[in-house]
Amino acid sequence: MKQTRLLMGMPIVIAIEDPAITTPDFDAVFDYFSAIDEQFSPYKTTSEVARVNQSLERPDWSEDMVTIMRLAEQTKQKTNGYFDVYSHKHFDPSGIVKGWAINNAAQLLRKRGRANFFIDAGGDIQVAGLNHDHEAWRIGIRNPFNRNEVIKIIGVTTEGVATSGTAIRGDHIYNPLTGQTAHEIASLTVIGPNVYEADRFATAAFAMGKQGVNFIESLPGFEAYMIDNDNQATLTSGFERYVI
Amino acid sequence: MLLYYNNLMKKLIIGIFVAITFIIYSFHQRNDGSSAVVTPKATSAPSTSQQMSSTTTTSATATYKDGQYTGTAADAYYGYIQVQAVISGGKLTDVQFLQYPNDRRNSVEINSQAMPSLKQEAIQAQSAHVDTVSGATDTSLAFVQSLSSALTNAQN
Repeated sequence: MKQTRLLMGMPIVIAIEDPAITTPDFDAVFDYFSAIDEQFSPYKTTSEVARVNQSLERPDWSEDMVTIMRLAEQTKQKTNGYFDVYSHKHFDPSGIVKGWAINNAAQLLRKRGRANFFIDAGGDIQVAGLNHDHEAWRIGIRNPFNRNEVIKIIGVTTEGVATSGTAIRGDHIYNPLTGQTAHEIASLTVIGPNVYEADRFATAAFAMGKQGVNFIESLPGFEAYMIDNDNQATLTSGFERYVI
Repeated sequence: MLLYYNNLMKKLIIGIFVAITFIIYSFHQRNDGSSAVVTPKATSAPSTSQQMSSTTTTSATATYKDGQYTGTAADAYYGYIQVQAVISGGKLTDVQFLQYPNDRRNSVEINSQAMPSLKQEAIQAQSAHVDTVSGATDTSLAFVQSLSSALTNAQN
């Protein structure tokens, strides 16, 4: 069973293939994303993110905000400064909140006893177990030059998959080291141990341009498929074992 | 070059604020799994149907006149996005992309930072079934602008 809602400005798709799925399973996940949107939206003036930008001080941060700040700092270090939630002193943690929230939502479903599902939030995906045909979930990688086309299919059962690219939002990822937008490559898809890990490293690696795929190659447990602006893909050394 | 990007970023930030405001008010309803399909007409590969029900930009209870309504072509910086909204039974049932940017470069550059140790291949369309699709986040200011204007035309 599959349900979709548009939340946080993107379609969020939940598919669950366990027996006796209930509506509350879906509602719990959608409600969670709604709550995250209220708290972390960079656009809502009432969000905690907005209040941090209006100088909400550390002692007044929520537990989740403290977590996000910690994860953001850790990610900045692990990516040599390529991942930064501060841009021109403006705080926007969207790049880390999304993957973190999808990962938490997956945990929420596991706690409800669900073992076979995927959660897809705007093209970043966490899978668990098997699909309707009792096979690995089949994830397509979208052609960044043609949104109607899939150019690779991978099979995953526990991993997270995230893609960073310029395909539809435009040049929305910028290189914090140069202050310029990153557009050397068209898209970079990362398979990681979970969607939080995949998403944060996909974002940072994309900002690195053509070197991003080498960065992913250097990370144990991660694989990447990078598409440059000349329609050429570069694969990390272990990527092909996922290809269907 | 830097100035150009700064201006672009400012435009983008202002635009995204407007877009998100619209998104939040226009698509905040839960999908009943049957009414609406917002997906491009897939040609070569079956991507997931991204289904959602929808309300209008102005009122949660307003309905639309049945028919097909073309939105304005909205500048997505790297090309234009133009959609057509299909209204059936007073509801938004489909959104088709009439224009979609293709930012593929015409000239092929020699990759000066070649990575000889990693395998390379030309990308190629696949036609087999997939459960879902990973790609850069599937909403944009231009999409929202075009859809918004199409729905304005469709209002009773």
